[in-house]
Amino acid sequence: MTAKLVIGLDGHGSGERALAHAQNLAKLIGDCEIIIAYIVEWSPYSFQTPEENAERHKRREEEIKTAMSRVVDPAVAKLTEAGLNATGVVRHGDVAHALNAISEENNADQIIVGRSSEGGFAKRIFGGATSNLVMSASVPVTVVS
Amino acid sequence: MKKISTMLATQAAAAVTATSAFAQEAMTLDQQVNEVFASITGPFVSFIFAPFPGTSFPWIVMWLVVAASVFTLYFGFVQFRFFGHAIGLVKGDYSDPKDAGEVSHFQALATALSGTVGLGNIAGVAVAVGIGGPGATFWMILAGLLGMASKFTECTLGVKYRNEYDDGTVSGGPMYYISKGFDELGLPGGKILAVLFSIFCILGALGGGNMFQANQAHAQISGIFGDYPGWITGIVFAAVVFAVIVGGIKSIARVTEKVVPFMGILYVGAALIILILNYDKIGWAFGQIFAGAFTGLGVAGGFVGALIQGFKRAAFSNEAGVGSAAIAHSAVRTKEPITEGFVSLLEPLIDTVVICTMTALVITISGQLIMDPGTGQFTLNEAGTAIATVGGVSGVSLTSNAFGATISWFPYILAIAVVLFAFSTMISWSYYGLKSWTYLFGEGKKTELVFKVIFCIFVVIGAAASLGPVIDFSDAAIFAMAVVNIFALYFLMKVVRKELASYAQRLAAGEIKKFKH
Repeated sequence: MTAKLVIGLDGHGSGERALAHAQNLAKLIGDCEIIIAYIVEWSPYSFQTPEENAERHKRREEEIKTAMSRVVDPAVAKLTEAGLNATGVVRHGDVAHALNAISEENNADQIIVGRSSEGGFAKRIFGGATSNLVMSASVPVTVVS
Repeated sequence: MKKISTMLATQAAAAVTATSAFAQEAMTLDQQVNEVFASITGPFVSFIFAPFPGTSFPWIVMWLVVAASVFTLYFGFVQFRFFGHAIGLVKGDYSDPKDAGEVSHFQALATALSGTVGLGNIAGVAVAVGIGGPGATFWMILAGLLGMASKFTECTLGVKYRNEYDDGTVSGGPMYYISKGFDELGLPGGKILAVLFSIFCILGALGGGNMFQANQAHAQISGIFGDYPGWITGIVFAAVVFAVIVGGIKSIARVTEKVVPFMGILYVGAALIILILNYDKIGWAFGQIFAGAFTGLGVAGGFVGALIQGFKRAAFSNEAGVGSAAIAHSAVRTKEPITEGFVSLLEPLIDTVVICTMTALVITISGQLIMDPGTGQFTLNEAGTAIATVGGVSGVSLTSNAFGATISWFPYILAIAVVLFAFSTMISWSYYGLKSWTYLFGEGKKTELVFKVIFCIFVVIGAAASLGPVIDFSDAAIFAMAVVNIFALYFLMKVVRKELASYAQRLAAGEIKKFKH
């Protein structure tokens, strides 16, 4: 049976450490498939101007392309080089919710993330993406500091 | 529409007549512009707002109400049958998670609402209740409920016939569905109607969607800080609008778009608190509304007066049938154009049936409308044109006093709300105008920039002068949009009926899947 790991990257240092940890883990497991996920924070309930709405599809495509080329593709390449089986995905939405959804869709065994890099007022009220994920995920979550 | 401009224009015209009698030689530039403009546009304005012979009922209001009734019957009361489904769509129950990141139904609704919620809900309703009495509220609610079907029709077509460009951006609205839809049905004249609509839309955007807003915002600000030249407000407003629409300073737009819904909620919340504090009067207020709707309770014009005012304000406030919302809604990327129609039918409900009714109830229970305790009938003002109010005020001031009677500091919040609503309405209409402009002159950064600069210049003009005839003309232009739009909708409504039948069948068969349970 193949083990499946979902790694959530946010383009920051902690994500890199999560990647390194997953790489070690995968080597120990042996037969392992890794899914690199990047979530573009997005809410369907935000307020936009008419012009932003009209350009939304274009922006979304650009966001996916940028995230792929800057974060996901290099990570996939790095893992593939190390002889691991890796694929990448970019999704819009709430980070915790989307990572969990990806792991459910792929029947993943574990989610690995870095400690979230956001801060400030919103985090105090709503909690960080990482803690939300830990509280709501349906598979085990490893948080790499 | 958010307008009390007919009243303002009358006042302005009266002021011009009064001053010109003894100050002919000292006529200012403003007045000269007014007179020349009025003489050119007068016939057009008179035509649009012409009453039926022997009545004071403008035919354009009848045009909108009849259309709303026809669409309601033609689509078998779609606004009630699919109401629950519309809520489900807005909640995202039917949105594929894989499409996350595209414009959601909620966002399209919120964007369109920020363009319609504004002065009409605050000032317009006060005018209606002041002249037509509480009974006007009944007719306003009825017109709002019927208007939901008009919105449904135009917004479905807006998405169905929009243009999608290679770079992923979209353009839609009546000009697109009229020209493409008429071609598809083999009908002649689509292009001419589309061009006509675009011209009226540009004029409406510069007038009611811009100058009138700037003018009223200045009136509010100078009401708080004391009188000062309007061009100062105009330049500040124009600079901010310029930063948003030309400079693409998203942060300003984002702040506004966040604050405006908050203000809307605060407004409804404050109204609810006032109603709760005066709960013993709510039954009485509804009694007044129902009794007044059919008897007039002694207001100017009696029952017909209440009916005209109610219908008029609903039409002015929610813009159903005008075609503007179809431009805003067409940005949604959906496989089913009709879903956007369902979502849009919530707009007149929120705008007119909820927010306008709140205003009307607060004014009614506030005791600002003077009543004869002996007869239980309202007392008319000296001129006999409206109900006498405490302090003799009307429009925004009446609403402000009504809220202030229970929450003393609320008028300050209201003033901020009016300014912000005016700003968000300007941003929305700048887009409606722009889409019509690019329809006429072609897409392209340069063409867009020309319109945007013109738009900013009109902000200054609108705030600087009390241009009664200009504002009256722009009002007429917005309603002229409705003449063209509704005329075309009568031909295109069969396209919507086909979509509705197919969608309803698939929904019943379980082919339209829910993603959230």
